Amino acid sequence: MSQPPPFTLHVSEDTESDNQELSPDNEGALHTSFRQLIQEQSSLAEAGTELELQERGRGHPAHLAPPDASASAWLEPGQGEQHPGDSTTLRILASMPSRTIGRSRGAIISQYYNRTARLRRRSSRPSLQQLSRAARPSLRQYDLETDPARATLEDKRSLLAKELLSLSPSQRSHMLLSVPLSLAEKRALRRELNEQRSPLGLRAHHAAAPSPCGWSKDYVALGCRHLWYRLLALLPAAQPWHYALKQIGGRFGSSVLSYFLFLKTLLMFNVFSFLILLVFVVALQAAYPPAKANQQSFTGFELLTGAGYFTHSLLYYGYYGNITLNDPSASSLSGSVAAPAAPPLPYNMPLAYLFTVGVSFFATCILLVYSMYHSFGESYRVGSSAGDLAIKVFCAWDFKVIQRRSVKLQCENICTQLKELLAERRSRSCPLSLCQRLGRVAVLLLAWVLSLSTVLGCVVAVHYFSEHMHAVQQEHRALAGSSWQREGILLVLPLTVSLLNTLMPHLYNLLATWERQDSPEVEVYVAICRNLLLKMVVLGLLCYQWLSRRVVCSYEECWETCVGQDLYRFMVMDFVFTLLDTIFGELVWRLISEKRLKSKQRPEFDIARNVLELIYGQTLTWLGVLFAPLLSAVQVLKLLLLFYIKKTSLMQNCQAPSKPWQASRMRTVFITLLCFPSFLGTAVFISYTIWSVKPSETCGPFQGLETIYKSVNVWAKLLEKSSPNITWLTWLHQYLVENTFFLFFLSGVLLAVTYFNIQVVRGQQRIICLLKEQIANEGEDKIFLIHKLHSICKQKERCA
Amino acid sequence: LPCRINKAFWQQRECIQECRDAFAGIRKNFLRLHGRYHEMAPNVVPMDYTKDPDVKLPMQLIINMPELKENPFKERIVESFSEDGEGSLSFNDFVDMFSVLSEMAPRELKAIYAFKIYDFNTDNFICKADLEKTLNKLTREELTAEEITLVCEKVIEEADMDGDGKLGFADFENMISKAPDFLRYSLSFHIGTKITVFACKYT
Repeated sequence: MSQPPPFTLHVSEDTESDNQELSPDNEGALHTSFRQLIQEQSSLAEAGTELELQERGRGHPAHLAPPDASASAWLEPGQGEQHPGDSTTLRILASMPSRTIGRSRGAIISQYYNRTARLRRRSSRPSLQQLSRAARPSLRQYDLETDPARATLEDKRSLLAKELLSLSPSQRSHMLLSVPLSLAEKRALRRELNEQRSPLGLRAHHAAAPSPCGWSKDYVALGCRHLWYRLLALLPAAQPWHYALKQIGGRFGSSVLSYFLFLKTLLMFNVFSFLILLVFVVALQAAYPPAKANQQSFTGFELLTGAGYFTHSLLYYGYYGNITLNDPSASSLSGSVAAPAAPPLPYNMPLAYLFTVGVSFFATCILLVYSMYHSFGESYRVGSSAGDLAIKVFCAWDFKVIQRRSVKLQCENICTQLKELLAERRSRSCPLSLCQRLGRVAVLLLAWVLSLSTVLGCVVAVHYFSEHMHAVQQEHRALAGSSWQREGILLVLPLTVSLLNTLMPHLYNLLATWERQDSPEVEVYVAICRNLLLKMVVLGLLCYQWLSRRVVCSYEECWETCVGQDLYRFMVMDFVFTLLDTIFGELVWRLISEKRLKSKQRPEFDIARNVLELIYGQTLTWLGVLFAPLLSAVQVLKLLLLFYIKKTSLMQNCQAPSKPWQASRMRTVFITLLCFPSFLGTAVFISYTIWSVKPSETCGPFQGLETIYKSVNVWAKLLEKSSPNITWLTWLHQYLVENTFFLFFLSGVLLAVTYFNIQVVRGQQRIICLLKEQIANEGEDKIFLIHKLHSICKQKERCA
Repeated sequence: LPCRINKAFWQQRECIQECRDAFAGIRKNFLRLHGRYHEMAPNVVPMDYTKDPDVKLPMQLIINMPELKENPFKERIVESFSEDGEGSLSFNDFVDMFSVLSEMAPRELKAIYAFKIYDFNTDNFICKADLEKTLNKLTREELTAEEITLVCEKVIEEADMDGDGKLGFADFENMISKAPDFLRYSLSFHIGTKITVFACKYT
């Protein structure tokens, strides 16, 4: 709005009656009569020809909208703002702020000038000298003389530049980026900024030749910048799988991409934890191998069973000694003549083992909580319950998808989803009768009872099967059969569990098709719940068996190594079955459907099932880190192979899923599932093992101690004896870690913070409701004023 | 001679710096943009951009880019960034387009342009006719007329807050903020390398 509209309001005497009508008592009658007026005018919508004269009436010099399109703007029937034949009204309406958002350069600049000024005022108070005496105290802060609404375009630009200079550089660049102007405008603004910042600077550069020192300095700067950009160009190449992920996103959309991103996140977690363990535990033990050598030779079967050659290797707990490596007292005892060049640093292996495992878990916990918080913040919006149809129409299209077949598929998916939503609305509007509702409830109850009983059945089956396998193992041990047979028997239990984990999800899918939930999203969450329940309960049973050692590893001397081997076998079997599932579920199905059924329908990529498999594998790794430190390396290898296998199978055999998935909400769900059942359960298991289980007598870094945790007590006592200055450490240990009061205090603080956040969210929801009411009222006011304006103009015309 | 070189050098440096500061995407993609713009019409687009030549490429060339070719909203996207409203883009407009549609552009800016894209008759409101056109493009006209009318009514009912029967920018922004990953992830694409171009030709 660079000029005020050339129109002055002459209120003639005829409006006396209007003034009477405007009195507060009659406002109600006036309001209802406007409703009628609006309806009358909306039926006069055919006055198109008169409006074509008004297309130039959107008189604005810096207007960017194409002139022809504005004519059709007024030809919509059924709207509340039909004002045929009044150029002045149209001109006023055209310059309303709501119609110039994003279109008028001058309006944008004034808007951002005000925004920047508000930013500046928020941070600083004006000094007393700048206040004008005439203005009221509350208005003195505002520069009333420099109201941008009345300035010319160049003045507005310089005002905005002046305001931008007062911001910090990062705020300035953010503001510059977010101004919706074209690039040419932004460059002009930036030039203005430079001129204002240093009135001599830029011009001097352009005008005369600067000194040779200036030349070389700038060449150096430019050279550095080139190097920096070249480095940035290399960075995506350093990022793994950057191109592959782009390919997947382009063909299948963001929902399938989120599975692969989750895989990448898990890989990073494992690499991080593996590096910590490598540096502090594995490498050092490898440098100081134990006395007795490995008797067994390497056969290929070890890769599957984890036993044989691997039993006495770095892979398992039993290899690690409980001595202090490089102990100076030990070396002096041995009486070596040649003194070492540098004094050897003693390295307490048991302590290192315990602390490294603890630190890697703690770091993983912090990373998990941080990523959960981050993705939750992105996906949750207060008050965003209603409006799915509008969101489906505007936000469903994924602009990243660029291939023709995928675009066609996306169109079909959106069409199906819209039809489903409409059907849902229709069914919601005509509710079911009591009989039908009872029937639905009965079906749901039955489905849940069935799934829970299958879970129970699986758990009982696994329990009895493992007892049976234990008995068979004893027989074979007594019979002294070949080692191959003995180790082959060890593989049977992992095989059975993996088979159950692979087949049960398909059963649950069948159950879901029979159940037929109302909304597809609820269907997905129910499927995830059931699968997760099965996996976690079976794992719980196995953990109990490992810790109680009544059925598994009951005759081993070094039970930790035995448990580590069991976990290794479970991981390998899980990988083998994932491979088989991919081949049979995707490749074979596609071949069958193409050759036999001759349909173009390819199998869908089942995101929920694949993610749960990843979470299961990661739980196994975390469970086993205490017993087999190199298990993270095995998981890293497994994830790398899995990425390439899944990607190849996806590209060749699958199509994008038709169910709606919101990428950010999915990321939150995945990370939450990883954190809560999986990581929390593992942490409980490891804590219980460290605090209450007696380690084996003859092997491992904690031999002979009562529990693993006692090694810390031993060390604390040692510290007290050696240096009495560090008593605060023992005090810390005694009163904070051992005492349960601190834990209660922490939980209390956490509960208080949660309650506070809940109250804040509730308050924000209330404010949103109030603001919505206010907006609706303002809208009605606007319609009222527009009609009033229109009637005044018509009267003026009649009089003139 | 040294003076002239110096002047050209400074002009070019300032020009590139100005453009780069306004570009929200990855810096190295900016270097590719000029290459892509040039290869669309090598005879018309000059290699040297320091003098700000007034060259515009027509819409037909731009919507044949592989990033846009299959997109049902391609004409609207190009029109929203075109200064003259006809759909022809100068290099500045082209940079603007990739800047706003990159993943790192600020959300408010993306919301403004998303609104422009869906506003087919450019009256600064998304009215029922705009919605109908959007739906037809989204579903390739698979929905029946009755379903389209129903959907349009429900959308306006859900999203219109001030009761004028159409969606203004404030209504649109409020509705879009409920799907935060649309602006950040879905409403973005990258400028591809030649490899992407090649791969696309095969599907």
